Amino acid sequence: MSKRIDVKDLNVYYGKFLAVADVNINIEAKSVTAFIGPSGCGKSTFLRTLNRMHEVIPGARVEGEVLLDGDNLYGPGVDPVTVRSQIGMVFQRPNPFPTMSIRDNVLAGVKLNNQKMSKGEADVLVERSLQGANLWNEVKDRLAKPGSGLSGGQQQRLCIARAIAVEPQVILMDEPCSALDPISTLAIEDLINELKDQYTVVIVTHNMQQAARVSNKTAFFNIAGTGKPGRLIEYGDTHTMFSNPTQKATEDYVSGRFG
Amino acid sequence: MTATLTPVKKRSALTKGQLPKSAPYLVLGIALVLGAAILALIGFNALGWGLVSAIIFAIGLVGWSAAVEGSRRAKDKLATCLVVGAFLVALLPLFSVIWTVLVNGLPGLLDPGFLTTSMNGVTGSFDNKSVEEGAPVLGGIFHALIGTLLITVLATIISVPVGLLTAVYLVEYGNDRPLARAITFFVDVMTGIPSIVAGLFAAAFFFAVVGPGTKTGAVAAVALSVLMIPVVVRSSEEMLKIVPNELREAAYALGVRKWRTILKVVIPTAISGIASGVTLAIARVIGETAPILVTAGFATSINYNVFGGWMASLPTFIYTQILNPTSPSNPDPSSQRAWGAALVLIILVMVLNLGARLIARMFAPKTGR
Repeated sequence: MSKRIDVKDLNVYYGKFLAVADVNINIEAKSVTAFIGPSGCGKSTFLRTLNRMHEVIPGARVEGEVLLDGDNLYGPGVDPVTVRSQIGMVFQRPNPFPTMSIRDNVLAGVKLNNQKMSKGEADVLVERSLQGANLWNEVKDRLAKPGSGLSGGQQQRLCIARAIAVEPQVILMDEPCSALDPISTLAIEDLINELKDQYTVVIVTHNMQQAARVSNKTAFFNIAGTGKPGRLIEYGDTHTMFSNPTQKATEDYVSGRFG
Repeated sequence: MTATLTPVKKRSALTKGQLPKSAPYLVLGIALVLGAAILALIGFNALGWGLVSAIIFAIGLVGWSAAVEGSRRAKDKLATCLVVGAFLVALLPLFSVIWTVLVNGLPGLLDPGFLTTSMNGVTGSFDNKSVEEGAPVLGGIFHALIGTLLITVLATIISVPVGLLTAVYLVEYGNDRPLARAITFFVDVMTGIPSIVAGLFAAAFFFAVVGPGTKTGAVAAVALSVLMIPVVVRSSEEMLKIVPNELREAAYALGVRKWRTILKVVIPTAISGIASGVTLAIARVIGETAPILVTAGFATSINYNVFGGWMASLPTFIYTQILNPTSPSNPDPSSQRAWGAALVLIILVMVLNLGARLIARMFAPKTGR
């Protein structure tokens, strides 16, 4: 239940502005890949191109290929909705649907698409997804309460439960812990470790310790200056990236000597 | 020596140089007495008393404050006086209107049968009799109430889908395209259309389409929709705009189509604001007189059919009762009925406004742990 992603010569634009240039990267199935780099270097932008969320922004477009197990996401006739149902996403700020209960939030992917599901099946799915997000024990007695009443960390895990309830092949996480305290961050990191047994996980993070802790492979993005496009500088095993990087810029960044 | 150094009851150094808490009430009392005294010299009236007292109060409080507390506090007190004064001036007409309508309208409203009978068969001779022999005032507003409700409901049925869908287009699909900008511009223009023009438009439109002299409730409803649609568009647009983009992206990321996202995430999140906006739009058009006069005419009997025959409404009922009393020689019963109808209209609008608040609260996203 997980697929690999291969990116070939990807250029990402906002209108005429080239935001990310010439990215080639192979993301392994059933592993955690971390994107690190300074603010504004395009790592979030690049992440959003992996499930075609980038084009939600007016004027945004992409050149190049993103292959999900060999199928090009940007091929002619590909429906972005199909892509997104296979590649889930967790956002920087927890965003449970305020009008829905905890249970309905988990079932949102099913219910919003009007798929029919018996109550028994739904109960199983809710429990499995919340278990998968390490949230079941905390919320099992208040599934009917609104999701917005949970703490920030719980909300973020609810969003992860919501994402895995639609059984995607890949889960993208855009700085999932940057709005959370260390305890909640730890809970999410533990969760990411468990998720990689079943899913391909790609995570953007500002926190280099986090990248070192959770990821198998790390990609370092950098930007030459304002107005210039962001580029993938180096990509390799996390251990190598943090102990013995080949590029000077990577070494400067991971050792905190940057800028 | 030591005894003089220990103050028995020292005020805190931090509260030194402040007016006592009771200062405003003290000054108010003095101002009211002084105001009454001054007014007694030149002839007493309530409005003048209030005005003179208010001026004395402001001068007294600010002056005292300047003397004790210094200029910064005095300026603060002056600003407070101005703000409160402006607030009272703004409230005065409101209370005056409500009071006048209550006093004049209650006798009519309490008349037996006022809400349940129409004016059908009520002629001038009945009114003459009630004035000369003290018989109860006959006739009521049932037909007008029915007309107002039916016309407003039909106008709402027309306006809400059009207005809401326009707002959805503007917010979700418009992307600042030329079409969206043109729609925004024309909606703004529509907001400024005088209501009589909307009425004439609807009358002329049905004149051309159905036939000359078409006056029905439906024509009035179309006229009211012209006035209502821009209000609904504007309020719905504002409400849809404040739905966080994150929620849309969350739905997209789950593989939900755009129209389903709008239908099941965006609109439910904004529904409380939309519903209260719609209710306020209804309250805005329910009292329109001119467009109904030229589109639905006036009737004295009950007409449940909005698509056939003239129809009465509360505003036109008030207008005709005042302008053409049922009994020209004794207009008092007619004006009593008109005031009664005015009171009912005000109550309707107030109920709608309260309803808007209730709806907003009912639909608001629930919080709680």
